[in-house]
Amino acid sequence: MIEISHLTKKFDSFTAVDDLSFTVKEGEVLGFLGPNGAGKSTTMKVITGFLSPTSGKVSVDGNDIADKPIAVKSLIGYLPEGAPSYPDMTTLEFLNFIAEVRGYAGEEKQRRIDKVIDDVELRSVCHKTIDTLSKGFKRRVGLAQAILHDPKVLILDEPTDGLDPNQKHHVRSLIRNLAKDKIVIISTHILEEVSAVCSRAIIIAGGRILADGTPKELESRSNYHGAVSITLGEDFDLHAAIAQDPDVRDIEQVEGQARRFILLPVPGKQLFAKVSEKSQSGHWPVTEFHLVEGLLENYFRHVTQDSALVNSATSVQQG
Amino acid sequence: MNNMYFIFKRELASYFTTPLAYVFIVIFLVMSGIFTFDMGAFYERGQADLSPFFGFHPWLYLFMIPAIAMGLWADERKTGTIELLMTLPVKLSDMVLGKYLAAWVLCGVALSLTVPIWFTVNYLGDPDNGVIFAAYLGSWLMAGGFLAIGSCMSAMTRNSIIAFILTVAICFIFVACGTEIVLNAFTWAPQFIVDAIAGLSFLTHFDSISKGVLDIRDILFFIVFIASWLFASAIVIEIKKAN
Repeated sequence: MIEISHLTKKFDSFTAVDDLSFTVKEGEVLGFLGPNGAGKSTTMKVITGFLSPTSGKVSVDGNDIADKPIAVKSLIGYLPEGAPSYPDMTTLEFLNFIAEVRGYAGEEKQRRIDKVIDDVELRSVCHKTIDTLSKGFKRRVGLAQAILHDPKVLILDEPTDGLDPNQKHHVRSLIRNLAKDKIVIISTHILEEVSAVCSRAIIIAGGRILADGTPKELESRSNYHGAVSITLGEDFDLHAAIAQDPDVRDIEQVEGQARRFILLPVPGKQLFAKVSEKSQSGHWPVTEFHLVEGLLENYFRHVTQDSALVNSATSVQQG
Repeated sequence: MNNMYFIFKRELASYFTTPLAYVFIVIFLVMSGIFTFDMGAFYERGQADLSPFFGFHPWLYLFMIPAIAMGLWADERKTGTIELLMTLPVKLSDMVLGKYLAAWVLCGVALSLTVPIWFTVNYLGDPDNGVIFAAYLGSWLMAGGFLAIGSCMSAMTRNSIIAFILTVAICFIFVACGTEIVLNAFTWAPQFIVDAIAGLSFLTHFDSISKGVLDIRDILFFIVFIASWLFASAIVIEIKKAN
């Protein structure tokens, strides 16, 4: 279990992480969401022991990072942002170095390296220097060093950044497979990734937690939860047909598509059945009609932009 | 302890997988050749000793050693591998020592490749081999002193060029403060101050070792000097790692 209590990290006068508290339990895959500069990476750097907090405590499995840094570091596998590795080493040399430092030797070391090379599909670049690898392979080498010792805690800072869609898919299924009985924390700004791999999501901005819940819960808080999308084949006055309905809060036209509309429900109401019925009885020229899932992206923008507004308002007051 | 060895091994191997080690060694050998035979008039002076060879070492090291040391930490910061390294279960002291020792061994390798000149002088005459051995030891210790300064300067910045310039500047102070020119400028000062300044100089300690006087105080000077700068390196790394 990772326990973070009242964690604050300041760089000179800038507060990157502001009184953050949360716990993560075994089996959870926590997605860390936030705009750039929200404090995601800083939080991860503190948990992994790279940075020491200005105040507050971080403990992993009951070990306080300040008291037992080496013990905590051996529990954690960490992929830093940008997946740094030694450019002049070959993949194999690099993994060998990591395995040695992690305390493996002899057959056990070989077995671990072999396994991780297969898991992350690095066989073809074993003997190439990391310098010459593509961005996707570099990322996978970084991932390989993080999971080599089968860590209890896996912390991945933007693990799929720079990968092509196939590689992204591969890395995500890898993370899902690893996740059993482990703690996984990934940071990302790709929201679909959170829905795809995470069992829990935390949205942070300005170093504070704005939302915490399962991806489904967060989606359901979106304005778009329960909305329906409707595309019309010819000109039709949709507003006249349905705008007066008490369950319809708003009708939005989808950007760039003249005949596609989103009907937003009054919170708590469902529109699908009602609109379906009306469109048939009123002979609307419907070509496409479906339920919009709550959009995580929408909710994300909603909370992070609101907080940006709040922040700028307070700074104006202070100024 | 083990981890220090793994860091050391990785670092040393990386010198030899890149051209760095070879370029360093070749330039070191060529330069010491030029200094010894041309500027030091090795043959012309007609004496069977290596003092022209060792006499130029402080000045050779002044530019050669910072070139190895500049990347020690600055490169780790630049490529971001410092974050990888410092989140591995390795003590900071193991990292500082492992990296330092790898660079020091590289200096040792370069220095030991000058051994043919030792054979030459034995072929030409009958030198005091004890003195030459002491001078080799002193030269390597002095290289270690330069390197320790370099380690600390490299930790200060992510730009290895800046690290190089800072190291050269500080090393120059520690070499020059033993020269006549500097010491003469302090004739007004009490003798103990002049002695203290001269006592900080690499030249003073290296000269006495290379004359064959293996005084424990000279050796201790270099060891304490190296240890202090490495300790300072660790502190600087701890403070600056986040930037």
